[in-house]
Amino acid sequence: MSFLLPILVWSLVSYVPFLWHPKVEIADPGSVSWFKSGMLVDRDVFAEQQQLATQQQLAVPEGFRANPIYLPAPHEVAIAFYTAFTTAPTRSSEQWLHESLWHSIQVIFWGFTLSSLLGVPIGILCGTYVAISKLHEPFIEFFRYLPAPAFGALAVAILGIHDGPKIAIIFIGTFFQQVLIIANTTRKLDVALLEAALTLGAKKLRLLFRVVVPGILPDLYRDQRILLGWAWTYLIVAELIGTSSGITWFITQQARYKNFDNVYAAIAMIGIIGIVTDLLLAQLGKRLFPWEKTQAKV
Amino acid sequence: MTTIELPSYLEQSDAVRNRFDRLKQREVILEVKKLGKQFHSQQGLVTALKNINFKTHRREFVCVIGPSGCGKSTLIRILAGLETPSSGEVLLDHKPVLEPGPERGMVFQGYTLFPWLSVKHNVMFGLEMQGINKVTAESEAMNWIELVGLEKFSEAYPHQLSGGMKQRVAIARALANKPRILLMDEPFGALDAQTRCKMQANLLEIWRNIDITILFITHDLDEAIYLADRILVLKANPGEVDEMIEVAVPRPRHLSQFISPEFLATKKRLEELIHPPVVDDDTDGLHMIRMARVGDDVEGVE
Repeated sequence: MSFLLPILVWSLVSYVPFLWHPKVEIADPGSVSWFKSGMLVDRDVFAEQQQLATQQQLAVPEGFRANPIYLPAPHEVAIAFYTAFTTAPTRSSEQWLHESLWHSIQVIFWGFTLSSLLGVPIGILCGTYVAISKLHEPFIEFFRYLPAPAFGALAVAILGIHDGPKIAIIFIGTFFQQVLIIANTTRKLDVALLEAALTLGAKKLRLLFRVVVPGILPDLYRDQRILLGWAWTYLIVAELIGTSSGITWFITQQARYKNFDNVYAAIAMIGIIGIVTDLLLAQLGKRLFPWEKTQAKV
Repeated sequence: MTTIELPSYLEQSDAVRNRFDRLKQREVILEVKKLGKQFHSQQGLVTALKNINFKTHRREFVCVIGPSGCGKSTLIRILAGLETPSSGEVLLDHKPVLEPGPERGMVFQGYTLFPWLSVKHNVMFGLEMQGINKVTAESEAMNWIELVGLEKFSEAYPHQLSGGMKQRVAIARALANKPRILLMDEPFGALDAQTRCKMQANLLEIWRNIDITILFITHDLDEAIYLADRILVLKANPGEVDEMIEVAVPRPRHLSQFISPEFLATKKRLEELIHPPVVDDDTDGLHMIRMARVGDDVEGVE
C-alpha cells in the first residue's frame, strides 16, 4: 500500500502533460537550423523560436511537452527493468546486468560475513564481560566515527584494485557499528535470568553459551538484519573504489549514456533485493524463534 | 465495636509445643551468624543489614517479614550467594556459602524462566548443568512438572503460561536440583489474590510431601502466618532481627484458620512490630490541604 502513493505521484507527473513538463520534444524542426527531431529544449526557448519563425513566415517548428531526460515515465523504467536483463552488453568485455548484480551480492556477502564472524563474538564478549568491554570499546568508539570511504585509497594500496578493497570497505563500515550494537543488545539481557541460571548451578562458559547467547539470539538476529541494510549502503561507495564494478558500474555506465530508465531500473533493483531479503529473513526469524511473544518485533 | 479478647501469640497448645520441640531437635540446615551488609550510595554508607542471627532446621518453613527497606531481599540474595556480606557468615550444612550454587534453589519475584526453553527444558536446565544425561534429566524433570500439575504444558513456552503457572515451573525448576534449602523472594507478590491463595496451598502441599527446608520472604502478614513454622521479623534502618515468632497455629493449615484465635493473635503481634505506633514526624504522609470547601449539606465520609 505504502508503495502506491509515490508511484501515483510519479505517474501523474509523467503522464499528465500540463503537470510540470518543462521541456519540449521537437517533432518537426521546421526552419530552425539547430533543432533536430527528438531533441529536448526548454519551453521558453521553443516558444521564442516558434514566434520568430512565424514572424519570418518560415516553416514553424512542431513539438510536444516533455519531462527532462532524468525523469523517465514508469512504463519506460518497467521496460528497461526487463530489457536490462535481456540485452547483451554493448562490448564483449562488459558484464550482463545479472552478472553485475551477482557480483555486488557476492561483495556484500563476503564483507558482511567476515564482519559478522569477528563482530558478533566480540560484541557478545564486550556485552558480557566488563573487562573486555573496557579493553575494546573506547577504540571501537573512536574508529566508528572514521568514515569507511575515507579508507578507500588505503584499502586499494593494501589490497589491490579488485574485490579486496571493496570487501574491506563494507567490513570497516559494518564491523565497528556491529560490535557496539551487539554489545549493547547483550547488556540489555535481563540480569535476573543470569542470576536464576547461577542459582541453578550454571557457571562461566556454560552461562555464556546456555544463557547469554540463546537469551539475546532474537535481538541479535534483528540487529544483523539492520546491519545488513547498512552494508548495502556502503556497497555503492565500495564499488567506486579501484576498478568500478557490480551494480554501481552498471549505474554509472548507463548514466553516462543518458539511459536514465536503466539507472532507475537498477536503483529499483537494489531496493527490491533489499526488501525481499529482509522479508525472507523476517519470515525465517519467526520460524527460528518460536518463543518470541510479539511476532511484530521480528 | 466489640473488641475480641485474643490469647497471647506466645501461647501454644501442647501439640504445637511438642511439634516445635521436635523441630528444634532436627539438624540445622542453614545458619546465619552476625551477618551484616553495608553498601555505598549517594547518601554515603548505608547499613542494609546489621547483626542478623538465626538458624533453620531441616524441613522447617521460615518466613521473613518486615517493612519495606528492611533488607529482606538483600538477606535472601546473600543467602543465595548473589551478593557478598560485609560481615558475618552464612553456613549451609556447616559449610560457608561463598557463591551461588544448586544446593540453594531460588524462586524470584519476577518471572525468570528462560523464554527460549520449553517448560520441560527449563526444569531440565539445572540437571543438565550438573552433568546428568539428557534421558535421566528428562524423566526427572517430568516428575517435577507432574508434582506442580503442569504435565499438559511440558512442551509450552513460558510466554504461553499464566503468572501462577510460571511460578509453579520456577518452583519445579529449583526443586529439580534437589536443593538443601529453597529460597523464595516474594514469589507470589505479582499474582492476583485468588491465584496467590491457590499457590500458597500448593506450596504447603509440596513442602509436606518432600524433604525440603523453605525460607520465604513476604510482606503479606496473612501469607507469612498461613505458611510458616516460624516468622523472622526484621525492622528497618538498619535491618535487624526484631523477633523470631513461633506460629502457634496448628498444622495442617487450612484457610478456615485465618480467623482462629492463634492466627489473629499472631497477626496482632506482627502488626505491632511492623506498624509500630507512629510518632508524628511522618514525612511521606499526605498533606491534607482542602482544595475545595465541602458544602455543609454533605455529610462527612466518616
